[in-house]
Amino acid sequence: MSEQTTGAVGEGTATTDATTPMVLAEHVSKSFGSNEVLKDISLEVKRGEVLCLVGPSGSGKSTFLRCINHLEQVSSGRLSVDGALVGYREAGGRLYEMHPKDISKQRRDIGMVFQRFNLFPHMTALENVMEAPTQVKGVSKAKAKARALELLARVGLAERADYYPAHLSGGQQQRVAIARALAMDPKLMLFDEPTSALDPELVGEVLDVMKGLAKTGMTMIVVTHEMGFAREVADTLVFMDGGVVVETGDPREVLSNPQHARTQAFLSKVL
Amino acid sequence: MSDSPTEATKQPPMKVVKLRHPWRIVFAVVLLAAVAVFVIDAAQREAFDWPSVGKYVFDQRVSMAAGYTLLLTVLAMVIGVVLGIILAVMRQSPNPVLKSIAWVYLWIFRGTPVYVQLVFWGLLSTIYTTVDLGVPFMEAWISFPTEVLFNAFWLAVIGLALNESAYMAEIVRAGLLSVDSGQHEAATALGMGWGKTMRRVVLPQAMRVIIPPTGNEVISMLKTTSLVSAIPFTLELYMRTRDISVEIFNPIPLLIVASIWYLAITSVLMVGQYFLEKRFARGVGVRPDAGAGPVTASMSAVELEQTDAEAAIGAKHGGDAR
Repeated sequence: MSEQTTGAVGEGTATTDATTPMVLAEHVSKSFGSNEVLKDISLEVKRGEVLCLVGPSGSGKSTFLRCINHLEQVSSGRLSVDGALVGYREAGGRLYEMHPKDISKQRRDIGMVFQRFNLFPHMTALENVMEAPTQVKGVSKAKAKARALELLARVGLAERADYYPAHLSGGQQQRVAIARALAMDPKLMLFDEPTSALDPELVGEVLDVMKGLAKTGMTMIVVTHEMGFAREVADTLVFMDGGVVVETGDPREVLSNPQHARTQAFLSKVL
Repeated sequence: MSDSPTEATKQPPMKVVKLRHPWRIVFAVVLLAAVAVFVIDAAQREAFDWPSVGKYVFDQRVSMAAGYTLLLTVLAMVIGVVLGIILAVMRQSPNPVLKSIAWVYLWIFRGTPVYVQLVFWGLLSTIYTTVDLGVPFMEAWISFPTEVLFNAFWLAVIGLALNESAYMAEIVRAGLLSVDSGQHEAATALGMGWGKTMRRVVLPQAMRVIIPPTGNEVISMLKTTSLVSAIPFTLELYMRTRDISVEIFNPIPLLIVASIWYLAITSVLMVGQYFLEKRFARGVGVRPDAGAGPVTASMSAVELEQTDAEAAIGAKHGGDAR
């Protein structure tokens, strides 16, 4: 995306190519008032990588995820997606706050799936998926509809296209939400505890869709408590606690042989 | 759910004796009798002057006046609702300038009686006798008297509408606040701007909360139009029937005539509200597949995934993540 790279001059953020990390966080901190929820986070997510963020509630993992598409503004540090700073333009050694319109443009390429689905209840599943392409990208109704039906089929809900969210189960709603995010053809997908609000029997159907998505090479950051999913699908597992990254590594290694005492304590409770 | 039909047919259905409410019937009979007494008495009472009621209820002056009242109501409400939405959205806006404008507007128009405001609107052409185009505090380039601009009917509409918009703003704001913040977030995350999020996502959902109190406001407005004599605009229902009652030296039958018309218009407006509420109730209501529970629904979805082997996201059901 050329409009995102313009003006981004600085160490390691000048150009976008295959080696540029999809997400690069350098010493990112975030405070709500005097409460510091993220402390000096440095992370790198490569293209096509699936990264699972785990940790106890209040550890800052959701906040970090929300910073990536600027739903929250970082307090200090640098956070860039695909080589472009999120929410700021850098010029002459200074950071300039972006206009909300430009931030919206950045968000188009980042899909997000929420814990509580957040489907638009006054629209059918199909209309939910069509909304952003038609309203934000200006895609024609017919094209958007064809694409939406294709995406709904991909998440196994073609026959529920005309249902309103209230008439779908939690798992179905979350799959529609994934289709809605995919409709914008994102280069990065963020999942904020996508299965935490689901009945246990419905978790599998959502995870299956996410596994399939990971196989297509989508870059994904997943905040989750599903350790089985992390073990099977993730390339990297990051354990966060108290706003800091405690441990990073291959999920199979971290889960079976955690190095840090806090990781051990946490995993002994959830596994 | 667990009962199979064969099991249910085995047991003979038990006879159910419904709970009876004899006192309800007694109360209803007494009430009906009282109403009958009142009606028969009223029909015979001279003071009500029913022949005059019958004579004037379809009098052309009265029906014209009812038309004006309805027109005033509709115009004032349409402008009031539109302005109210704009004000409410301004109050929720991240822009502090817009926020302050909306706050001051509400403070003034909610803080003064509508009757006082209407008198002010009537005196507008006395306060501002001319409209001047040019540099402020210098001699004007063009100047023309305001009397040409201001006509009593439109002053009445504007006076009512501006007052109404202040109340509508709060009703709309309550509606906006009723929409879950996750909706705003989801729209934002999809790349929708603030304005589009409001228009496409938040406002349509807020409408369900906004419509019932707005129906209240419409009916209230219908009756508030009787105050526009303060402008003075005298062609509406209440003033017109009063004029006629002065002619015939009897206010009572014309009050009944006016009441009949107000009630008739209110009834029509209530029907309109019903249809509006139905329109904005989309997405809430009965499931189209009342029989199918979430389990069967998800199973059919899984089957669909398996048949759709071509799809890039083909579900692999081998190892469940948990």
